[in-house]
Amino acid sequence: MERIADGATTESQMGFFTDVTLCIGCKACEVACKQWNQLPSDGFVFSGTSYDNTNRLSSTTWRHVAFVEQMDRENPAQSRWMMMSDVCKHCTNAGCLEACPTGAIIRNEFDDVFVQPDVCNGCGYCVPSCPFGVVAVQQKSGTAQKCTLCYDRQKDGLEPACAKSCPTDSITFGPVEELRAKAEARVASLRAQGRDDVRLYGVDGEETRDVGPLNAFFLIPDRPEVFNLPPKPVLPSRFQPAAYTAALIATTGLALLGARVFRRNGASA
Amino acid sequence: MPGLGTLYGRGGATTFLMDLQHADLILIQGSNFAENHPVGFRFVTKAKERGAKVVHVDPRFTRTSALADTYIPIRSGTDIAFTGAIINYVLQNKLYFEEYVLNYTNASYIVDERFADTEDLEGIFSGFDPAKGVYDPQTWKYELETNGEASEAGGSGKDAQGGGTSPTTGGHPEHGTRRPKHDPTMQHPRCVLQLLKKHFSRYTPEVVERVCGSPKEQFIELCKLVVANSGRERTMTYCYAMGWAQHTVGVQNIRAAATLQALLGNTGRPGGGILALRGHASIQGSTDIATLYDLLPGYIKAPSLERGEDTFEKWAKNWTNPTGWWSNWRKYAVSQLKAWYGDAARADNDWAYDYLPKNTGDHSHQPMFFTMKDGGIEGMILWGQNPAVGGQNAALQRAALGQLKYLVCQDLFETESAAFWKREGVDPTTIGTEVFFMPAAAIAEKAGTLTNTMRLVQFHERAVDAPDDAHSDLSLAFNLGKRLKALYADSQRKIDRPILDMTWNYDSDDAHERERVEPDVEKIMREINGYNVETGEQMKTFADLKDDGSTAAGAWIYTGYFPEKDKNLTRRRKGDDWVSAEWAWAWPANRRNLYNRASADPDGKPWSERKKYVWWDEEQKKWTGYDVPDFPVAKPPTFKAQPGSKGMDAHDGTAPFIMQEYGVAEIFGVQGTVDGPFPTHYEPRESPVPNLLYPHQQYNPVLKEWRRRDNPYHAIADPKYPYILSTYRLTEHHLTGQMTRWNSWLAELQPEAFCEISPELAVELGIRNGDWVTLTTARGEVECKALVTGRITPFKIGPKQWVHQIGMPIHFGYQGLVTGDAANVLPPLVADPNVSIHEAKAFTCNLRLGRRGPSHEGPTWLPVPADERTPLGKPERGGRVESGSAQIVDADIVPGSVIMTAAKIEHKLEEHEIDVPTDTESEK
Repeated sequence: MERIADGATTESQMGFFTDVTLCIGCKACEVACKQWNQLPSDGFVFSGTSYDNTNRLSSTTWRHVAFVEQMDRENPAQSRWMMMSDVCKHCTNAGCLEACPTGAIIRNEFDDVFVQPDVCNGCGYCVPSCPFGVVAVQQKSGTAQKCTLCYDRQKDGLEPACAKSCPTDSITFGPVEELRAKAEARVASLRAQGRDDVRLYGVDGEETRDVGPLNAFFLIPDRPEVFNLPPKPVLPSRFQPAAYTAALIATTGLALLGARVFRRNGASA
Repeated sequence: MPGLGTLYGRGGATTFLMDLQHADLILIQGSNFAENHPVGFRFVTKAKERGAKVVHVDPRFTRTSALADTYIPIRSGTDIAFTGAIINYVLQNKLYFEEYVLNYTNASYIVDERFADTEDLEGIFSGFDPAKGVYDPQTWKYELETNGEASEAGGSGKDAQGGGTSPTTGGHPEHGTRRPKHDPTMQHPRCVLQLLKKHFSRYTPEVVERVCGSPKEQFIELCKLVVANSGRERTMTYCYAMGWAQHTVGVQNIRAAATLQALLGNTGRPGGGILALRGHASIQGSTDIATLYDLLPGYIKAPSLERGEDTFEKWAKNWTNPTGWWSNWRKYAVSQLKAWYGDAARADNDWAYDYLPKNTGDHSHQPMFFTMKDGGIEGMILWGQNPAVGGQNAALQRAALGQLKYLVCQDLFETESAAFWKREGVDPTTIGTEVFFMPAAAIAEKAGTLTNTMRLVQFHERAVDAPDDAHSDLSLAFNLGKRLKALYADSQRKIDRPILDMTWNYDSDDAHERERVEPDVEKIMREINGYNVETGEQMKTFADLKDDGSTAAGAWIYTGYFPEKDKNLTRRRKGDDWVSAEWAWAWPANRRNLYNRASADPDGKPWSERKKYVWWDEEQKKWTGYDVPDFPVAKPPTFKAQPGSKGMDAHDGTAPFIMQEYGVAEIFGVQGTVDGPFPTHYEPRESPVPNLLYPHQQYNPVLKEWRRRDNPYHAIADPKYPYILSTYRLTEHHLTGQMTRWNSWLAELQPEAFCEISPELAVELGIRNGDWVTLTTARGEVECKALVTGRITPFKIGPKQWVHQIGMPIHFGYQGLVTGDAANVLPPLVADPNVSIHEAKAFTCNLRLGRRGPSHEGPTWLPVPADERTPLGKPERGGRVESGSAQIVDADIVPGSVIMTAAKIEHKLEEHEIDVPTDTESEK
């Protein structure tokens, strides 16, 4: 993996490639993320869902390892236990960024989507606008929070905390172009080993129709739904033309109706 | 561990983590590699990327199974039946690596005609003394050549009782320099290969299915895979950890794998060998620089009066081998005493041998706690240990702490052991122990070395000063020593000389460190490395150590890691993608893959181009390769030992296992282990299943046990305790949680104690996922949440009989941010006879829905009447125990459709406020 040279700024797109077939579910990424970003715990509750007790991405959990347990008694060889480290996708067309009325959410010099905490007023418009359910408003700080792709570390030429801590290189960080090439090669090598089920999520599939290619993309060994990833994420702005047209038609209709009513009233007066 | 030591010569892992990349098959058994060694597991995933197959054999489907190509279930405690059956498959089909086996192992050696196998004696070997419950290993011998010199007849009264626990072989002085008879055709009925064949002849795939509960087809597939990935062109690595060690047959579990690797020719070669995955950060280091009662640093056996070692000469005679590397034993022992006592260690006073404390019995952990509970120990210092949670029969261990006059505990947080006097159900006014809690420095707050799984010694710097009064463990030991010296300074008594003469000059030259009363770590390292007493120069290699008092070295195996005054090789950080010879330093002599002479054929040429590693360079007349040769570097492959030669000259140029008496791997263990020369399947001490292979010998006949009212055992197939319980660890917590349950980021990941049960058992007992359940044994009961998961399977033992397996992590206790009942309240104290390790991976229990009552520690904390006590914690021996007519406790298995429905019951998440963390409050 390429490291950014010390002190140098870069214009290239930086992102994550997360390979689910290499993840051992150790959650080092979750802990490293919380430690670097000084995020509080989400409480101490046993969930009973496999080994996952943090359950979801939240305003204080920016990396989350999901456990997919599929044990098959009839056909034990088909049994699987898959772990996937989920994170903000840093979309090309980011719903949160589009929805933000204050300009707090920006695209930074690394092409990553970043919430400026000092600008955010906590309105929460971004929350329903994210098709992946990533961003959330934290009650204590009153601002929207999500993965920054370790903007502060990147500026100092360091790789993000999660990628740094990943023992099996399931999470890798670098220029998106290079990561994609690496991912393609990995898919080819897995297919050569007979793993026909593997595919990339967030490079050029159906899922990129609205949100565009994702700066944080994944190699998954099954359909996206299995990993709680939307097969066709939709941006709310997709409905804007239709909504505006509908609104225009509605207002025009109402105006015409009003004019007619008033004219009739006028006529009767 | 002697499992490896008795076969290969050294107790350390034979290979190193990065070498896993070069394996063609990685067989992980008795280890949850991905869960407990996640950083090392990167090399397993790298091997997979290169096309290697990974197979996981385990009672539970774990994170390791998730990444493996194949998962094979196995009932806890039946690994020897499983590995033995692979050995049988290899022998019956003649699939072993013949050239390797003939030249590099003792397979062709002829065994004494008095030796009788478990096949002859229904589950025991010859030499068993039923009255004492121990073996006399006199018949576990080779038949020696008669033409050599006369036997040097050593007084070998050693260790029939205490266990030959040296991770290196104990030595066989009575053999003298006579060589064993051998049959190069390996057809002699008493040669090791034929005896091994007979020993395992009944270990068939059908037996595996019945005893281990592993599907026969999967087992045969594995056998084929193992054979296909061994030989000249390919190699297989075996990985194990606590899943093998923590059994009453722990050492033999490992010997079984080492035997298989020797037969297949996989040891000493790239991508081969046995990787012993160590439990935590410096556990390898803590046996190297020993914290064990029976070892001195560098695997020098601690003197014992039980073996009559009351003089240096008797001690030396017991442990100096006439042949092989241990012929140098005396040099290492003398150098050690010189390092410790300086000028006070002289030839005329036996190198101050009288200063060394002598063992008078079994002082390992378990006997020690029985002694403590009976009031035999006054004080204890706990460093990095938490027996109130980590000890088996934990309630007994907590009660034992209450019998001390004082307890010093140095740790990061107030552990359960430091707070035992205020635990649930205890009246502090009834406890007289004075507890001193000393705050410890964390890893980043102190400098020092860690020795990891692959014998790699790595130095780390101090990043920040420890806060307030927190000090390193080393500082406490150092200052304690200084104050003791000051206290005795004026003493004229002879008995105080060991303290006064002790070398203790580790004061730091740095003013800041001195002010913080921290010693200079590198001064201690220089002493461990060793120096010339005259010139003060650092020793460069242990080959230069002398037995005339001219050299000093604290631990000979570490000699060379600090070869010059300012050259600390453990600081090196120049790695490559494989051997990384300039990354830190590995003992011995920076060798990464041990016995690597075996990577070349008897002529010194690589077995194949693909598996080239170390070879003989005919032009330069020396051994060379990618690693430091683990062999006398200038000894040619053609070298023939002359009869009667001593030391290394007694080994041929083809003998790669240099620590061993004859330089070969000892498949037939001559006096290394106290429970037999071959591994044999015995059931765990507590099992719901009779021993199907040896109905007249239920469990290891020489295991150590303590039959007392505070340590009750369950009967064989006891219907009151029908389920098998294994305890284990999770990635998210470290050991007893004394560091991790106080950290909110880790605590939230695994916030509560739980047990894993199969959907089948859940349906039988009416348990839903997330319910409170209580686990019960005769020692006590613990409550926890139920995690119902298809990853746990019941085992089919016989046509209609099933046993259920339950798993529970060991991490919880009554102190910390998140708390819970300690799983270790449940297991009994019972030990392997070789190394006194406990049996936490297989014992029996019961399970019920609902929470426990207020008193859960059972009868174990009550005092034992004086007439029932075990003097000095002395263990009893299991002896011959027939399983008799005991029936397997059968559990009716509910129909598949019901199970599938049960498995799909979704647990309703308890809603909680996400954004208002309750960091300071635990759940309970």
